[in-house]
Amino acid sequence: MRFSALRSYAYLYLLFLYAPIILLPVFAFNDGTIIAFPLKGFTVEWFRQMAANATLRTAVENSLIIAVSSSILATTLGVFAARAATRFAFPGKAGIIGMIMLPLVLPEIIVAVSLLVVLLGIGVTLSVFTVILGHVLICTPYAIAILNTAFNALDRSLEEAAYDLGETRFSTFRLITLPLVMPGIISSLLMSFTISLDEFIIAFFLAGNEPTLPTYIFSQLRFPKQIPMIMALGTCLVAASIILLTIAEYFRRRGIAKTGGTDSGGFL
Amino acid sequence: MAKATRWRNFTRSEAFSGYVLVSPTAIYAVLLLAAPLATIVAFSFFKDGYLTVIREFTLQNYVDTWSDPVFRAILLRSLFVSGMVTLTTVLIAFPIAYYISFNVSRSMKSRWLFLITIPFWTSYLIRVFLWKVILGYNGVINSTLDIVGLIDQPLNMLNNVQAIVVTLAHAYAPFAILPIFVALEKIDRALLEAGQDLGESRLMTFWRVTLPLAMPGVVAAVLIVFIPTIGDYVTPQLIGGGKVPMVANLIQARMLDLDNKPMGSAIAVSAMAIVTLVSLLFLFLNRRFLRVQK
Repeated sequence: MRFSALRSYAYLYLLFLYAPIILLPVFAFNDGTIIAFPLKGFTVEWFRQMAANATLRTAVENSLIIAVSSSILATTLGVFAARAATRFAFPGKAGIIGMIMLPLVLPEIIVAVSLLVVLLGIGVTLSVFTVILGHVLICTPYAIAILNTAFNALDRSLEEAAYDLGETRFSTFRLITLPLVMPGIISSLLMSFTISLDEFIIAFFLAGNEPTLPTYIFSQLRFPKQIPMIMALGTCLVAASIILLTIAEYFRRRGIAKTGGTDSGGFL
Repeated sequence: MAKATRWRNFTRSEAFSGYVLVSPTAIYAVLLLAAPLATIVAFSFFKDGYLTVIREFTLQNYVDTWSDPVFRAILLRSLFVSGMVTLTTVLIAFPIAYYISFNVSRSMKSRWLFLITIPFWTSYLIRVFLWKVILGYNGVINSTLDIVGLIDQPLNMLNNVQAIVVTLAHAYAPFAILPIFVALEKIDRALLEAGQDLGESRLMTFWRVTLPLAMPGVVAAVLIVFIPTIGDYVTPQLIGGGKVPMVANLIQARMLDLDNKPMGSAIAVSAMAIVTLVSLLFLFLNRRFLRVQK
């Protein structure tokens, strides 16, 4: 009895979590300009409008440039920090890693405002590039969290065996370490990509006049006429992120299987 | 000579390798995080000139900020809303974390966690907006109730604190579930059996064994939800309809709309100080649960 009550609560909670996402395609295909029940009929008009929108296309291009660059840079920086954190002991390590991980517990508005003040102060023009600077900062802690797990699962004796067999430090890293942590790197890339693609407040402050996907969506939410198109866009975004996440999850599990660990689950 | 040897020894040491490896990331964080934060703190003590900042030490920004009733009201509201969001999120998340940890079979655990994290990775803006669709005047709930015949007049569920709480509790759900789940997973199941063998009821075992051992996870969940929600900009704007602005909206208005950087900085620094203070106070109040760890 107690168990079934808890179980029904769990399913209700899942309904709460998924309610907005279930509604998204419902209104995206609904043939009515007002987002409300009862539904009118089936249409793909909103998807057609979405595909024909030039500003949206610029926003998508900008966001893709930002997300790809940020994920590569954040993962690279993450590899350095995670390797240093898991393999070496050095004085001040907790402080240094703590500073790098700080954006995890800092309201994003603070990161955005402080970067804005400094960038304007030294005369940098706001653009896609300045957004990348900010996004790398907030993606790196997530990359490190994922990569720490990957590097921790690594059996150090494998590297030592490679040294003993005459490999150099670099070739050992390339031939032994890198392939073993590759699943972690891929899931860190995908995770950073997803975070950057969805990030609003830093892009809002640092993009200047360049639209990104979230800032474009935010600007359109004010106009009721545009809402059905935004619903169609949202449907595409949700589908894309579910595909990306499934790939990330697949690599995460494969990584755990490869290094012989047990699955503790979760990304964070 | 001795100095050179010492340097050579240092370059071969483990610490040196660690510093070299961590340096690219650390330098990036110093330049783009630590330095800007320091600048904000410095700016908050400068004077505002028209379109420029006058580098002259003053406490006037803080005096103005703290004597401004609007700022005090908004800060108090932000603390209240974040507090409510945190309480709600953690309270409704705990049973889920408990369910996954204790009642779900090993092989299904990661599938449940995956299910819970998926909504979190979909567009935040669109999720927030959909709550407006759900709670709105002619939204999903109102039109459903109307069709069923329960109400004559649509209920007003938007533009208030409750709507913000629901939306943010939804947005931060996985942040609360995961730390609690991790803490629950660490609990040695033998302790629970021991509790029951010694004659405690299930409820008492939960109260005296499970809950105290899960507290580190609960504390982490509280901080992880509380700190970002107090700086949330989107939800007060969209769900609150601009009628219930929070600190982030005020910072944005001062910084961008009024272009008063020292004032905006003073507000940002004040807000950060308050958040840090509240978090430290919370950690202090829970110190007895955290000390148990190792």
